[in-house]
Amino acid sequence: MTDTDRTTPGPVPGPGGDGGLDARLVVERDAFRLDVTLTAAPGEVLALLGPNGAGKTTALRALAGLVALSDGHLRLDGAELDRTPPESRPVGVVFQDYLLFPHLTALDNVAFGPRCQGASKSAARERAAGWLERMGLAEHANAKPRRLSGGQAQRVALARALATRPRLLLLDEPLAALDARTRLDVRAQLRRHLAEFEAVAVLVTHDPLDAMVLADRLVVIEDGAVVQEGAPSDIARRPRTDYIAQLVGLNLFRGHADGHTVRLGDGPTVDVTVTELLAGDVFVAFPPSAVTLYRERPAGVSARNLWRCEVAGLETHGDLIRADLTGELPLAADLTTVSAAELDLRPGATVWASVKASQTHAYPA
Amino acid sequence: MTATGKPAAAASLRGGPRRGRVRSGTRRGVPLPLLLPALLGLAFLLLPLLALVVRAPWSTLPDQLTSTEVWQALRLSLLCATCATLVSLVLGVPLAWVLARTDFPGRGLVRALVTLPLVLPPVVGGVALLLALGRNGVVGQWLDDWFGVTLPFTTAGVVVAEAFVAMPFLVISVEGTLRAADPRYEEAATTLGASRFTAFRRVTLPLIAPGVAAGAVLAWARALGEFGATITFAGNFPGRTQTMPLSVYLAMQSNPEAAIALSLVLLAVSIAVLAGLRDRWMTAS
Repeated sequence: MTDTDRTTPGPVPGPGGDGGLDARLVVERDAFRLDVTLTAAPGEVLALLGPNGAGKTTALRALAGLVALSDGHLRLDGAELDRTPPESRPVGVVFQDYLLFPHLTALDNVAFGPRCQGASKSAARERAAGWLERMGLAEHANAKPRRLSGGQAQRVALARALATRPRLLLLDEPLAALDARTRLDVRAQLRRHLAEFEAVAVLVTHDPLDAMVLADRLVVIEDGAVVQEGAPSDIARRPRTDYIAQLVGLNLFRGHADGHTVRLGDGPTVDVTVTELLAGDVFVAFPPSAVTLYRERPAGVSARNLWRCEVAGLETHGDLIRADLTGELPLAADLTTVSAAELDLRPGATVWASVKASQTHAYPA
Repeated sequence: MTATGKPAAAASLRGGPRRGRVRSGTRRGVPLPLLLPALLGLAFLLLPLLALVVRAPWSTLPDQLTSTEVWQALRLSLLCATCATLVSLVLGVPLAWVLARTDFPGRGLVRALVTLPLVLPPVVGGVALLLALGRNGVVGQWLDDWFGVTLPFTTAGVVVAEAFVAMPFLVISVEGTLRAADPRYEEAATTLGASRFTAFRRVTLPLIAPGVAAGAVLAWARALGEFGATITFAGNFPGRTQTMPLSVYLAMQSNPEAAIALSLVLLAVSIAVLAGLRDRWMTAS
């Protein structure tokens, strides 16, 4: 496929209109119920982010037609797809472990789709060769999948999915099967290919970094439902669930704001002073690095945002030590190895934790 | 495929050969109550074969084996077993796929019925075939009336009897391979625009080819040795329905030396089959 084949001019900002994806996926299975609404404009890359078992992959399989919808609808470029069998959907899938056909060469793997769409053997191979060349894999065209490295296999899988000219590209944990070193390269390449892709792409991941680097918009799914969606930067700054807060590395609390004071809900009441002037239900978030720990109650520090805690656990976190604290306020605090040693931190130790109001971020719930 | 220079006959499975680990220091400390019966059992299985080789009329063997009756029987046996295997493949592989990949009410029962010929005495199978496909059989009378096709006591009847007995071996073997194969390859093919049949033909079948080959060899060996159903359903006419096992049995009563010679041929064929399957069986567990 060459650039002249493209019919869509380019990414159109914002969902809506006839183009792109408009879906409400309801899948009921045993005790599990998935109910998510997904919309995306052509050219947009959507990431479904969520913990294991949240229903991300089920959503992806429903989009591909491998799982039947119990309810809802699925429209792609204005066409109803709910009842279309998977082989007739203009949908390409890159599976988590790629599922390259082991008995076919890289070239024939990529040519498989065009062949099924009715292209002659030579035309399909020609098209496949073009795709492999675009992926920088021309010299591996005749290699069987098991001779390919993880990164190469990933690109062959991407080429195979794209060779059918899908209007919806699905990627299931596209980088999960790669080691850390390869991941970096492949992520950058994948980002480039996704940016070039003119139709809708939906990728599933549990890695926030993959999601933020690759996607234009994140949809966070927990327990089969969308809990938050928006631009990656927005979600990173304003998480709305513990799961997301943990992913983006923030302490997150929910409470009731009255002016600059937020009263946190559960347990004995704890007040947090924030800079924002808010009223009603709010979230308060601050990074673990904003937390300062003291062994004794500090004399010169104001009593605001100072809590008595107990060290529940310690672990290394990059070149820092992350302390998990329980007590008045359960929170995570990052400190250097030196200060951890100076404070003589160990599980069970009592500490005082404080955070400056200026380092907190409060936003309406 | 693999770079090893093994004979291509071996059903070369992925993962390569894992031979050479057969005896790995488990010989020490085998308790006598286990060792003694084990050795006896081994002797029991090997002694008859050994006797066959020892008592073989080696001097007259070339004459025995070049007689026209032997060649006739051998040719017929090979032909019928091969045809029965082909019939089993054409019908059995799709049956195995349905059993492995679809879910329908009564699937367990169907599976049990498919395996019934495995445990059914072959003579009973022959009687049942006569009642079904015989000239006055449930279906056979229509075959006769409408198409003028008569199966009993014909070479085609031999093929039918052998396929009846041998096909379950193939079905079970292929079904097991299908269950072990990752069904997601079929899904991947489907998302690429392949119909379920195309996915089966172009993806699943190549992937399970080793299992199909092993099942086919198994079915072929079973068909080659088939006796009871054949003699009941197809009779014993030299050149037409008298296969090797039948002629061995017959020769045993008139010309034991010929029977031994024929048996040796069948033994050789069996060993060849085993050699062809060694990768699959001799390295198991």
